[in-house]
Amino acid sequence: MANRISQSFAAAQQAGRGILGVFVSAGDPSEALCVDILDEIVAGGADVIELGMPFSDPMADGPAIQAASLRAIKAGMTLEKTLQIAADFRHRHPDIPLILMGYFNPIYIYGRDAFLAKAKEAGVDGLIIVDLPPEEDGELCDPAREAGLDFIRLTTPTTKGGRLTRVLEKAGGFVYYVSITGITGTKSAGADSIKAAVADIRAATELPVVTGFGIRTPEQAAEAATLSDGAIVGSAVVDIIAQNIDDAGVPSADIPQKIGAFVADMAKAIAASGK
Amino acid sequence: MEQALNSFQSGPDEDGRFGIHGGRFVAETLMPLILSVEQAYRDAQADPEFEAQLRYYQTHYIGRPSPLYFAERLTDYFGGAKLYFKRDELNHTGAHKINNVLGQALLAKRMGKTKIIAETGAGQHGVATATACALFDLECEVFMGAEDVRRQKPNVDRMRLLGAKVHPVTSGTSTLKDAMNEALRYWVANPETHFYIIGTVAGPHPYPEMVRDFQAIIGKEAKDQMMEAEGRLPDALIACIGGGSNAMGLFHPFLDDKEVDIYGVEAAGHGIDSGLHAASLTGGNPGVLHGNRTYLLQSDDGQITDAHSISAGLDYPGIGPEHAWLHDVGRVNYVSATDEEALKAFQLCSRKEGIIPALEPSHALAFASTFIPKLGKDKVVILNMCGRGDKDLGAVLPMLDERGLL
Repeated sequence: MANRISQSFAAAQQAGRGILGVFVSAGDPSEALCVDILDEIVAGGADVIELGMPFSDPMADGPAIQAASLRAIKAGMTLEKTLQIAADFRHRHPDIPLILMGYFNPIYIYGRDAFLAKAKEAGVDGLIIVDLPPEEDGELCDPAREAGLDFIRLTTPTTKGGRLTRVLEKAGGFVYYVSITGITGTKSAGADSIKAAVADIRAATELPVVTGFGIRTPEQAAEAATLSDGAIVGSAVVDIIAQNIDDAGVPSADIPQKIGAFVADMAKAIAASGK
Repeated sequence: MEQALNSFQSGPDEDGRFGIHGGRFVAETLMPLILSVEQAYRDAQADPEFEAQLRYYQTHYIGRPSPLYFAERLTDYFGGAKLYFKRDELNHTGAHKINNVLGQALLAKRMGKTKIIAETGAGQHGVATATACALFDLECEVFMGAEDVRRQKPNVDRMRLLGAKVHPVTSGTSTLKDAMNEALRYWVANPETHFYIIGTVAGPHPYPEMVRDFQAIIGKEAKDQMMEAEGRLPDALIACIGGGSNAMGLFHPFLDDKEVDIYGVEAAGHGIDSGLHAASLTGGNPGVLHGNRTYLLQSDDGQITDAHSISAGLDYPGIGPEHAWLHDVGRVNYVSATDEEALKAFQLCSRKEGIIPALEPSHALAFASTFIPKLGKDKVVILNMCGRGDKDLGAVLPMLDERGLL
């Protein structure tokens, strides 16, 4: 069954390269700038968009995305508005896969069924909900699948053996392999461990595997896309926003173009490295 | 829920649920850790050697059993039911926190872990954890909101003297909830070597159950001691609630004794209507944070809001999931006391009983001061005196002075 996500991976494979996924928080640094940022990311050559649903207590995120979340909330972002940003994006970009990423509480408070209906109607393709492991599938994963949304799973270096099977059982879209930053060892050891983990995941699923591991440079993006089926960039993009807000809290108007240029460099490096 | 009609003591179920509350809402990175903690805890529960070890340290290190003390002067002053204090403020380190910490530290050692992580608000759990780590030769890292580091300097100094490393947390609002976020992030990054000792009956399964079990010694002792003192069960129990570990420890052994009325006292801060409080049950609604579903202080959009309490130990926007369930099924009555009421009770108890209570149980005392006079003299009440007030003097004395209470 072809959908936007599988079509995107198929097209990249045909072109002989991995995909580039880019994360930004909805409403960061403002609703208007976020809309332009999304357009520039697409223009820069991203294949998949991950739109963060801001949460006050993102316990699995580092300082960059914590700050992005808080900026967006402070600027008035809500889940309702996030869904509207998604719907508008879909009108402008009919073919780019759009994933909503975040934590369960705002969805739970919004109302699960209302959220799923609205997300589907908005043209969202999949969900990544960080704090819903398979043990809590009844909360959102099962109903999301019934609503026709892919439930994308994160796996980590600690997801091994039977646990990996369990995590991938209901996974959809693609598998997001998070190679934890801060692990000691050389860069080549990192590449070896990613290679081994990706091989384990491939043995357990037909889904494409993408890597996100604190990718900050085009070289790292190209390496990740070579070792797996793609790379996801988040904190490095969000940092561009943080660096372009002045002391009075006013964001610079050229943030979208700066991000677009950054994404374009990443996309070029991935295209050049091939597979 | 059907099960609850027969017993209020049987939870959680195998998924870690108390009714709709509890569960395991954590990132996949933490799941293998949490499952291994659960397995190790089940093994320890089945091992008489673990029980014997725990008992040894409870007796000779903590100083258990803590006395059940008839507070005769306060009883006379209130003019109603007889008031007893369960004296957990006499424990080593000055609060109930050590009961749980020793249990988890022994578990960490069984698992071969060499490093401990803890979060702390007022610093009592941090001090207890630093103490156990010194005793068992474990490395200790404590995460504490930068705001709390400033407010609770004596406890920060104690932790450092005991050999712990204190990490001031500046993310979010720099208080207890952010310390817990940061401790969880640190655990995710260091899964092989570290054990996370959570300080209250919250967090992902099995923590709420495990912490409750280690604290239930309070209620078990109190039950026996009350039988000895009065030849019967008490008519009511009172305890303060932040996350709710001291309360859960006192309440749990009495949950199926229907004739015992139970009162949990939340921190109402400047008053529930002011919006500046820490009363998750009275002023919040169910949501998901820190690994469990429970009542939370939050906005209409599901963003967690700041708690406020004069007591750093109660300054948390959530509550343990078992309390949330006991609230839903109506077994426990959850009430609240304001900052001002707690301050008055702090002074009253010091003057009438020569016991300087921590600000946390001062909330329980504040409720007792209005509740006890309404009961007949033939009634008997136990209040959990879960911590001593030395740590609070710096903050409280100027406020008492302002109010002419010194």
